[in-house]
Amino acid sequence: MGFLTYLINGLSLGSVYAIIALGYTMVYGIAKMLNFAHGDVIMIGAYLVFMCTSNAGMPAIVSIVIAMGCCTILGMIIEKIAYAPLRKATNLAVLITAIGVSYFLQNMALLIFGSNPVSFTSVIPWEGLSFAGGQLKITGNALITIVVCLVIMVVLMWFVKNTKPGQAMRAVSEDRDAAVLMGINVNATISLTFAIGSGLAAIAGALLCSSYPSLTPYTGSMPGIKAFTAAVFGGIGSIPGALIGGLLLGIIEILAKAYISSQLADAIVFAVLIIVLLVKPTGILGKQIKEKV
Amino acid sequence: MLEIKDLKVNYGVIQALKGISFEVNEGEVIALIGANGAGKTTTLQTISGMLTPTSGKILLHGTDISKVLGHKIVSMGLAHVPEGRRVFPGLTVLENLKMGAYTRSNKSEIADTLEKVYESFPRLKERQNQLAGTLSGGEQQMLAMGRALMSKPSIVLMDEPSMGLSPIYVDEIFNIIQSISDAGTTVLLVEQNAKKALAIADRAYVLETGNIVLSGDAKTLMNDDAIKKAYLGE
Ligand SMILES: Nc1ncnc2c1ncn2[C@@H]1O[C@H](COP(=O)(O)OP(=O)(O)O)[C@@H](O)[C@H]1O
Ligand SMILES: [Mg+2]
Repeated sequence: MGFLTYLINGLSLGSVYAIIALGYTMVYGIAKMLNFAHGDVIMIGAYLVFMCTSNAGMPAIVSIVIAMGCCTILGMIIEKIAYAPLRKATNLAVLITAIGVSYFLQNMALLIFGSNPVSFTSVIPWEGLSFAGGQLKITGNALITIVVCLVIMVVLMWFVKNTKPGQAMRAVSEDRDAAVLMGINVNATISLTFAIGSGLAAIAGALLCSSYPSLTPYTGSMPGIKAFTAAVFGGIGSIPGALIGGLLLGIIEILAKAYISSQLADAIVFAVLIIVLLVKPTGILGKQIKEKV
Repeated sequence: MLEIKDLKVNYGVIQALKGISFEVNEGEVIALIGANGAGKTTTLQTISGMLTPTSGKILLHGTDISKVLGHKIVSMGLAHVPEGRRVFPGLTVLENLKMGAYTRSNKSEIADTLEKVYESFPRLKERQNQLAGTLSGGEQQMLAMGRALMSKPSIVLMDEPSMGLSPIYVDEIFNIIQSISDAGTTVLLVEQNAKKALAIADRAYVLETGNIVLSGDAKTLMNDDAIKKAYLGE
């Protein structure tokens, strides 16, 4: 029974990674850049939810919607101010800017919220399910997190395949110049990608802090890096890849913590990543992307 | 239909187009020929809004589009088949063609156009569910042309459609250009294969390091000694 419990907790953590990884992978696929500030948007989202629920006493669902709205706008502003002017700059310049944005968000949160952890109240009040006379417990947090992740994946894959903005995203990710020739507004498409990724980051923040309730300005940083790892693991640029990468990463991390060593868990996660990339450099579902010169 | 007036384009300090003027009338096939690096691609990219000119005018149906953003030009009736085909490799043939109709919204009209494109390019229909990246060069060129036609353009710009193709495909591509023209679409054709281009063109312009140095009736140019020497390898 212990193993099953770990597995479900792993799936739940992995679902959070997968939702965050979506933001990395979509932005990478469409804007061809690594938005290292993405993890910090999660933290901002979590603080927003915290303020709405704990300070203003709003219902969880309303708080999440407000946080999503704010993070969506934040993501679009970051893209417009920090990244859009660098559209033709070198990858290195964009990367350094992204790191700068990440520190900016962390410091802004430090200034506003201070460095003391706040205790996040779960947005999922449900106790969960209990099986086999209480031997196997699945918490509401875990269950809802997994379901929310799967719903997001299905909706997003449908969106990309069947809507006009989704088609534009596919075209821009395949060939930006050719997309312009089809009449696609590339700037608007990239902006929309940031909007979606950042809106999802707010959900990820709320879910993450519901399971791991200590919230600080650095809360987004490690899950951000892990989710980025998950995106690479699954094949960066691929939406199902983000799901598979995220879930695997979460399961490996929780099982390593349970059966090997909680100190070594992160090292094991990254060791697995390195092995996967040695065997398949493009990640599990990754396509060979021809680098343009 | 399309009128270029004193167009100058810079890449940083390098001036790629030094003030060219030419016009394309409705129903014509115009060839723009010139050596590698003459500025042919730059000309087409500037017309379709991928590059912004330093100065000059580009009149499409009388409207100056030199400052219009690239993505807004397709819906004004101008399509561009870019150099190197630039199909979306990870999308199927059908998805590529549908992408060509991105600016259109009437589903049944799009289906009609798709039917016509498939009539002109039966091979694309056979391979409609195949990924574009797995097509041969000639098939990709047909796809790039079909995709451009999906926007129902009144004028199509084509940048070296025969580049890198085997002789059989080259003939087929030129036949297709001829039939696109016969169907009433105006064509501005950039080619290094001057012989074939002049054979199907009504008029032609010769571009040399950013300047138009010669222009005239295609049949006349074909017999011009300087042209024969420089571009027809005779
Ligand atoms: N992106 C660019 N940056 C700088 N110079 C360029 C660029 N693209 C083309 N050029 C230069 O502009 C001139 C015209 O190029 P191009 O229009 O591609 O010629 P063509 O299509 O006739 O071969 C060439 O001298 C080329 O080196
Ligand atoms: Mg060229």
